[in-house]
Order: sequence, then structure tokens, then C-alpha cells
Amino acid sequence: MLKFTEEHEWLKIEGGVATVGITNYAVDQLGDLVFVELPEIGATFAKNDNASTVESVKAASDVYCPLDGEITEVNEAIVADPSLVNSDPQGAGWFFKLKLANAADADGLLDEAAYRELTA
Amino acid sequence: MDDTAALKKTPLHALHLSLGARMVPFAGYDMPVQYPAGVMKEHLQTRQAAGVFDVSHMGQVIVKAKSGKYEDAALALESLVPVDILGLAEGRQRYGFFTDDNGGILDDLMITHLDDHLFVVVNAACKEEDVAHMQKHIGDRCDITVLDRALIALQGPRAVDVLAELWADVAAMKFMDVRHCRLHDVSCLVSRSGYSGEDGFEISIPADKAEDVTKRLLEHPDVEAIGLGARDSLRLEAGLCLYGNDIDTTTTPVEAALEWGMQKARKTGGVRAGGFPGAGRILSELDNGATRRRVGLKPDGKAPVRGHAKLYADAEGKTELGEVTSGGFGPSVEGPVAMGYVPLSHAAAGTVIFAEVRGKYLPVTVSALPFITPTYKR
Repeated sequence: MLKFTEEHEWLKIEGGVATVGITNYAVDQLGDLVFVELPEIGATFAKNDNASTVESVKAASDVYCPLDGEITEVNEAIVADPSLVNSDPQGAGWFFKLKLANAADADGLLDEAAYRELTA
Repeated sequence: MDDTAALKKTPLHALHLSLGARMVPFAGYDMPVQYPAGVMKEHLQTRQAAGVFDVSHMGQVIVKAKSGKYEDAALALESLVPVDILGLAEGRQRYGFFTDDNGGILDDLMITHLDDHLFVVVNAACKEEDVAHMQKHIGDRCDITVLDRALIALQGPRAVDVLAELWADVAAMKFMDVRHCRLHDVSCLVSRSGYSGEDGFEISIPADKAEDVTKRLLEHPDVEAIGLGARDSLRLEAGLCLYGNDIDTTTTPVEAALEWGMQKARKTGGVRAGGFPGAGRILSELDNGATRRRVGLKPDGKAPVRGHAKLYADAEGKTELGEVTSGGFGPSVEGPVAMGYVPLSHAAAGTVIFAEVRGKYLPVTVSALPFITPTYKR
């Protein structure tokens, strides 16, 4: 199941665990990323908490936790090479995996069609 | 209401839109922050080949003595800047700054001895105040005329060869030389200067011919359009101050490490020592040093340290030293770079201090400026 937030994160949800990243649209707005800071594995976040930070040449931006949950895995590859997020934001440029506190919370997020409409 | 409606447009505005630029408000103008290539590629393009920048938002001003004599214009402007202008040879340009009575900096500017007058270029955000300042203090002796012309910068190692295809004599110019010339039969004023740390030129063009000349430059395979984003990262790597960030009325030229902009004639013991606003404090600081200094800062890690980040002597954030004034990622340095003000006790290159970023205290090393090796043709 693929979901989106109005803050331009995507979530691929499988078995109560969401793989989270930022969308093509977000990457286009941010430009070339030069730094990514990821959360600690085991950290718990509430929806809309600041879970991660990305920096472009120009500015720093927060990445919000899209739902309540616990970080189970992070993508160290984007810390080593932030340009991976630019080149493949919705694939190899994923940020972290989040074990959802309540899997049903995802129902309240945008589906792909609604997100497309938002960013059209 | 569209809040961009009140923004001014440069003569190259339509060209920016046609090139797919992302436009942002800057100093009251709708300006290109980047083109589709993006800040990183635009920055590297300028360091490796050549880039053209629209800097038409800056103020171009003629200061001409009512007597018609260069000397009178030079002496008049010397009453507002701690710079030797009388000693500036015809066709030569110098960096300078308007100071206030406290020794702070009202604006920085480029000053050219052009024919029998002065041609000055001031920052966009300050230009109205600068013109009013000159009118008030030297308007009785000089005519102050704001030119309605475009200004572009052509910067990078290929700039001279690109421009030489239009005007062969450009190759003979040295850094800070200024010449009249014709480019595609348009009367232009070219200076060998810039704001990128690279060799290059700034070209003043009649507004109605600016798009034509700029388009012709962009037709060259070595030239790309460069936005304000890369202009900022280029000047930061080159250790150059941005007015309003690194220098302002709260910083003196000595604190800002701009002693090189003040010549012997205007310093203590010089033939025209003092005689500019704030001379008491500035001359004293030249002789005795200031208590703090603008320095380069190289973060040890990968995280950029941005403007207004607080600087501390210790990793616990107990002893505050000052603040970062400009900071970001340097594409040519391939890492974060910054500058800021610290007490003299912590201003020596190699000193490790700490910058507060998102609640953490990150080590940064005080470093010599610039971060890159400039390629000015002196």
C-alpha cells in the first residue's frame, strides 16, 4: 500500500511497517541534497514529530514522521551519498522504516491520486 | 493578491523565465535563484568553464564633480569611504565601503575611476539609502546620477576567451581594470572583477540591449546561466562578504577583516589620514586591533552550519563566542563552509570551536579565507 502526506513524504506499508521517504515533488523543490540526518533505530515518534533533516546547498528542511511509530531501520546509504535521494527518491533514496503504532492510522493519509492532485 | 506583483524586474526578467529559472524575491526584485541545472551544477560550471549572472538589481551610479574635475569627485567620495580614491588610476577599480559615525559599514561598493568621474556599483538592497547618503553629504559638490542599465557578470576560467571572441582587447585587461568596449555593436563597460573567486568580468549594458548581449554569450558552448543560489555558494567559498549577512552597521571594517580595502593614504600617518565617518574608531582598530574578527569556519563533519548558528568555545555550549554570519555547502570544497565572528582569542587558524546546530554542538575549525584558490588575473 502506497500512501502520501501533505508534507511530501511517501510511505510504502507492508505488514504494519512503513518504509518512508520524500517524494519526487519534494526533491524537485529542495534541489541538490548535500546532507541527511536520520533518526536513531529504536526511537519512537508521534505523527508530525521532526524525525529527520535534509540539507540542500541552500537550506535545511525537516522531514516529519508521517504516523506514530518506532524506527526499526534507517538507510545509511543516503547519509554516505545524499545525492541518492535526488536520483531515486521513491526507491533507493528511502529514509527509514517505521513500525506503526496503529496500522489503521494509515487510512487517514493521501492515496497516490489525491497526492498527485495536491501537487499538480 | 499575487505578492510578486510589487517586485521589480530587471531587463533580463523575460530571459530568465524562458530559461526555466525558479524566481524568488531578492532585494525587491524578482530574481532567478536557480535554473533547471540546479545550484550544484551551476556552481561547478562557473568554476570549471563559465557562467553568466544577472546582477542588474545592483545600483550603478555616476558621481561627477560639478567642477568637472576627477580630483574633486574623488575627494568628495573620500569623505564617505576609507579608501584612496584620489590615487586610483583612470580605468582602475577598487573595493570600498561606506562607513557610519560608529565605524560600522553602511554598504560595500565597487569604485571606478572612469574618464573624468567615478562609476560606483552598490548593493541592490542599499541603493536608495546609498544614493540619499551621497546626495546629503556630497550632493553640493557632485552630481549623483543613477544609471538605468543592466549589469551582468561573466565568471569562470573560460570567461576571458568567451569575451575575447567578441572583443579581442579584453585579454589585455588585468584584475580590476575597467574599459569601454563594443560587444555586438553595443556600447558596454567591462570590468575584470566579480564575486565568485574566479577570473571574470562584470559588464554594464544599456537596458534595451541587455537581453541581446546576454543571449549571445549564452550561445557559447562554455557558458551557462547561473542563479543567485550558486552566486552565494561561490562567493562564500571565495571568502567574500555579503552585505546584510557578514557585514552591516554593527561590524567595522577591521572586525570584518577588510583592512586590505583601506590604503596607506587614509590610515594614520597617511597623506589624507582619516576624514571619513567613524575614522576615530576605525583608525584606532587599524593600529591596535579589534576585539573580534571575521574568520573562515570549516565544520569538521558533513552537516552544513548556517547563518545565525551560535558559536561556543566548548562542546557543552557554556561560553558563547559569536555567531555564524554565512554558511552552507561548498560544492567545490565538497563540504560545508561558513564564516562568522569570534573574539581574537579564538581567531587563529586551526582553533577548534563549536557551532550549535539543532541542539548539538558540532566542532568547526577556524580556517584561513578563502576556501578555494582564487584565479584573479593580477
